[in-house]
Amino acid sequence: MTTVEEPTGTGAPQVRNLVDVKNGEISREIFIDEQIFKNEMENLFPRAWLFVGHATQVPEPGDFFSSWMGADPVLLTRDDKGELHVLLNSCRHRGMRVCRYDEGNTMQFTCPYHAWSYSIDGSLVDTPGALHGVPQQKAAYGTNLEREKWGLVRAAKVHNYKGLVFANWDPEAPSFDEYVGDFHWWLDNLADAFDGTEGGTEVFRGVHKWRIRSNWKFVSENFLGDTYHGASTHASVEAVGIGPGGKGKRRHGERQDQGGFSKGRMKTSFRRGHGASDNLAYEIPYPEFAEADLDEYFVAAWEKRKQKLEAEGRLLGGRGPATLFPNMSFAAGFPRTILVAHPISPTETEVWRWYLVDKDAPENVRDWLRRYYMRYAGPAGMTEQDDMENWDYATEASRGVIARRYPYNYQQGLGQETPSDLDGSVHSHHAIAGEVNARAFYRRWAEFVDNLSWPELNKLAEVDDRAMERAAETTTDVADGVKVLDAVDVVDGPPAK
Amino acid sequence: MPIAEAQLERMLLLNSVSDFLYREADLLDERRYTEWLDMLAEDYQYSVPLRMNVAYGETDAREQTRAGREICWFDEGKATMSLRVDQLNTGLHWAEEPVSRVSHLVTNIRLDAVELPEVEVSCRFLVYRNRVADETDFLVGRRKDRLRQVGDSWQVVRRELLLDQSVLLAKNLSIFV
Repeated sequence: MTTVEEPTGTGAPQVRNLVDVKNGEISREIFIDEQIFKNEMENLFPRAWLFVGHATQVPEPGDFFSSWMGADPVLLTRDDKGELHVLLNSCRHRGMRVCRYDEGNTMQFTCPYHAWSYSIDGSLVDTPGALHGVPQQKAAYGTNLEREKWGLVRAAKVHNYKGLVFANWDPEAPSFDEYVGDFHWWLDNLADAFDGTEGGTEVFRGVHKWRIRSNWKFVSENFLGDTYHGASTHASVEAVGIGPGGKGKRRHGERQDQGGFSKGRMKTSFRRGHGASDNLAYEIPYPEFAEADLDEYFVAAWEKRKQKLEAEGRLLGGRGPATLFPNMSFAAGFPRTILVAHPISPTETEVWRWYLVDKDAPENVRDWLRRYYMRYAGPAGMTEQDDMENWDYATEASRGVIARRYPYNYQQGLGQETPSDLDGSVHSHHAIAGEVNARAFYRRWAEFVDNLSWPELNKLAEVDDRAMERAAETTTDVADGVKVLDAVDVVDGPPAK
Repeated sequence: MPIAEAQLERMLLLNSVSDFLYREADLLDERRYTEWLDMLAEDYQYSVPLRMNVAYGETDAREQTRAGREICWFDEGKATMSLRVDQLNTGLHWAEEPVSRVSHLVTNIRLDAVELPEVEVSCRFLVYRNRVADETDFLVGRRKDRLRQVGDSWQVVRRELLLDQSVLLAKNLSIFV
């Protein structure tokens, strides 16, 4: 067995001691404790790649969209040359939020407090977001104000991945591609059109935003790989049926003749904390629709994509649900939607949901998807309503002194990881009940929160020690592994690279 | 001074409409959802757009999302409403187990247009929800209803509701607003 040397980090309280992935026990303190929350704000969110918004929300020069990165308000803007920027939405003079609008179009943000103004017009300032106007500048500052030093704070790195816009405050952070690694297959399925056209999606106008009284990690964990909760949490919607097949059909409208929701489903867990729960070699092609003209669109798109991927030597699959570490969750099928959990306090979170659709989808498809999304997801969604009940009251019932002495149980599939062909990841062949993804998520989370340096973080992520440990034991485990695979009727194997 | 007949008719109409809307609130607060569904026309359309913070001068164009095209809190017909009632009636809908205590207040009722057998009615609503212990929500806003005369009563044909929140401060919308 190979062991990776554990770095010490510089953070004061060692939250890694609270995350025991070997035994599958995680302390409740990480969901409740004020100091740990502060350390998350200091050491995790300013260094992680965070989802800010979608490029189609700001199509024209001067368009802006207000968002959050952790607990910091930001503006996603497009400058006069069409470039995207992410700016801290706080005046450099006295901190006023320079823009309180959710969206709009302007080439200049003027603070209402003392009217410092910031321009995103490259013909007026060298760097979009730079300080442009200061009332009574000469009288107040003479020649002392160095305007180039007092522009809106800019995210050090911005990356537009097929329309999905991410930002990072830390200039030392690894590139987006390195941070995401082979998890990009899932982002591709999210951002590409159903027929495989790269980046062929846009978001519907209107972002669901709502407050919950729970820790933000409950949300990330749920989408990361918790398919275990469905049968109980969503029993009522399952019983009623809101699927595409019409009244009385199952909520997802899976094609039962092709195996349904659970066929070949497994976990993919990345050492960098990302995770997904789906099938990588077989894809639920499209739901059973009650309306024939919908079938037509989705069948044609699916066939086209299948041919495209086969020509590239790849298999279909990987539609989530999934979470990109730390707080961007998504599903890339039905519904196709992004969910970000913005932390407010240890026990308060603002949840945002975006909804995607193929850019070239005909009107009837758009309308059907839009209605399906709303009855499925968001605070009014018949599925999602019940999730919030669990997250909120799990948080409340974990606050007490006695409760905090007892860890949560993350032992599903403990020690049953299998190697993956995808870099830095393992699988776990549990269609429904498997917690390998959560264990990896919290392990990575603790490494960030303990403020390990980038060299330390990168070194830990270079090799997936879980895969190494399993590989060392392969001789004894192979028979069991095959048995598990047979049990869920899986065609094993990730998408070929 | 005698009341003109037209005025009297309008008062009686308003009285009948108000009584209908109060009765509807009672059915909802008494959780008599199946009976409540009968108050909705078969072609019922319900929409609750999202509200946004936009600049003065852009409110008409941008302040709310558009039903029929963009993401709303709700934008659906009676079939989906019926599914929501079915879900509540499973007894497994954890968002409403234990059931919430809800009061629908309806006020400022005005007849905007009379085109019998249909009328356009505007009002304000305040929906109070309390559940478990301290979980308390106030959902307040404006509403426009289109009602249709059916026998000696009414049915709701269309309901457009403007909720005065941009970020929803309730954790979900598992009650009928």
